[in-house]
Amino acid sequence: MSETVDTHGAEAHIGSDLLAPTPPISAETRAFWEATTRGELQVTRCRTCEEYTWYPRGFCPHCGGLEVEWVRVSGKGEVYSWSVVRRGGLGDYRGAEPYVLAYVELAESVRMMTNIVDVDESALAIGLPVEVVFHSTEGEAALPRFAPVQG
Amino acid sequence: MTIRGAALIAGAFEHPLRKIPDKSVAQVHAEVAVGALADAGLTLSDVDGYFCAGDAPGFGALSMADYMGLHVSYLDSTETGGSSYLAHVGHAAAAIAAGKCEVALVTMAGLPVSAPGPGAVTPSAPEFAFENVFGTTTPSMYALAARRHMHEFGTTSEQLAEVKVAASLHAQHNQNALLQKVVTVEDVINSPLIADPLHRLDCCVVTDGGGAVVVVSPAVAKRLDRHAVAVLGHGEAPKTANRGRIDLTHTGAVWSGPLAFAEAGVTHADIDYASIYDSFTITVVETIEDLGFCPKGQGGAFVASGALRAPDGGLPFNTDGGGLCNNHPANRGGMTKILEAVRQLRGEAHPAVQVPDCEIALAHGTGGSLGTRMGSATLILGRET
Repeated sequence: MSETVDTHGAEAHIGSDLLAPTPPISAETRAFWEATTRGELQVTRCRTCEEYTWYPRGFCPHCGGLEVEWVRVSGKGEVYSWSVVRRGGLGDYRGAEPYVLAYVELAESVRMMTNIVDVDESALAIGLPVEVVFHSTEGEAALPRFAPVQG
Repeated sequence: MTIRGAALIAGAFEHPLRKIPDKSVAQVHAEVAVGALADAGLTLSDVDGYFCAGDAPGFGALSMADYMGLHVSYLDSTETGGSSYLAHVGHAAAAIAAGKCEVALVTMAGLPVSAPGPGAVTPSAPEFAFENVFGTTTPSMYALAARRHMHEFGTTSEQLAEVKVAASLHAQHNQNALLQKVVTVEDVINSPLIADPLHRLDCCVVTDGGGAVVVVSPAVAKRLDRHAVAVLGHGEAPKTANRGRIDLTHTGAVWSGPLAFAEAGVTHADIDYASIYDSFTITVVETIEDLGFCPKGQGGAFVASGALRAPDGGLPFNTDGGGLCNNHPANRGGMTKILEAVRQLRGEAHPAVQVPDCEIALAHGTGGSLGTRMGSATLILGRET
């Protein structure tokens, strides 16, 4: 017989104290991470074709443009997909389970990998309205995560 | 130019062990190389083309050519994760067709149980800071795909579980398989959640091991006694995160599949057996839809009908037990997908799961992740008599 389900507590509240590892910061992405320390979420947008790109990069994969700009976005979006990681966290996340890995679709229509935090497990759903929150790290960066919109 | 008829798989070998505590990765590559060459009736000195992927240690193809004492005129170390070896067979056939080599050796090996190494994605990868920093794991990224597929198409955990059930029914006949016990849908959905909605039994096994194939020209095949199978068609395609507009409900098989079918000149009705990459149950469901074996979104109902069960299902799959039950050496299931397709075409699968009169087989690989970026590769192989 296989084991039976264990940590599936439907009323669990997840991610209010999730650790925040420091990301690797490069010359290409320094401006993004500096903005996060000011509480701003930015994405790159091409100066030529004006398309948004995620993950942010100093290149436009829509048209090949080399001139891109950082633009602040609202930080509002909705859950495109989600999973509660219950076992097998890696590196800094070893032992941090359960936590929620998700794609959030921003109002600007890019879909970004992130965590949903401070959420009742029973509220998790595709389409859930969320907004960005920033979790400080030990480095010059804060992690853009998302929490359910209040009210 | 197409590769149809230009090359044949004359040798195939799978390492019989699932845990190899006393050997190096290079050593296992060499063991499976010699095994596949012996199966073909060839030796290392016959090899003039060598193919390997990111599981090869050190300087990859150079380190392994040096280790094995190869003297070759063609090297290829295309790396698309677990699908690499299906691409290698296509590349080998193209190289043979172009006259660059005539005995191409493809090897893979790994020891993730006995000697786990670093993951494939390092902090220097441009995506790392925007994905891995949020605690990605392989199961959870596939879980994102599964959740979205369920949302858009109504796919259920019970339907996904049937993929594992069919694999376990096949694996009971494979005495080398890591998991030989038949499981039920209830066993799968009652196993612990690893990353919702995927349970432990939705996930492939982790094993040591490896395998190799030898791809040769028709002239070489003619000199050999061993039954060789023809490479009829090949297609490969990366699927990316699409600049921030990722669609989690399809794989790169939507592109690699049609390329392979067109080159082979066959239709879905011609496919007698399919090796489908099965890192997770959802991988199989999305892939069979994308290859066109059922309409998009109907993969759950298709597998729940028992279609994957050999020998009588409409699309008998992974008769060795696949990655879900048999083995998944180096966390890469592509080579073993080729090996079981070759067994089926040679009539050498276990009698309980051998597809009668198996003439055309498909093998499909998925490297990377359904949740981000992947390399898909499809091969169509034919029995040669």
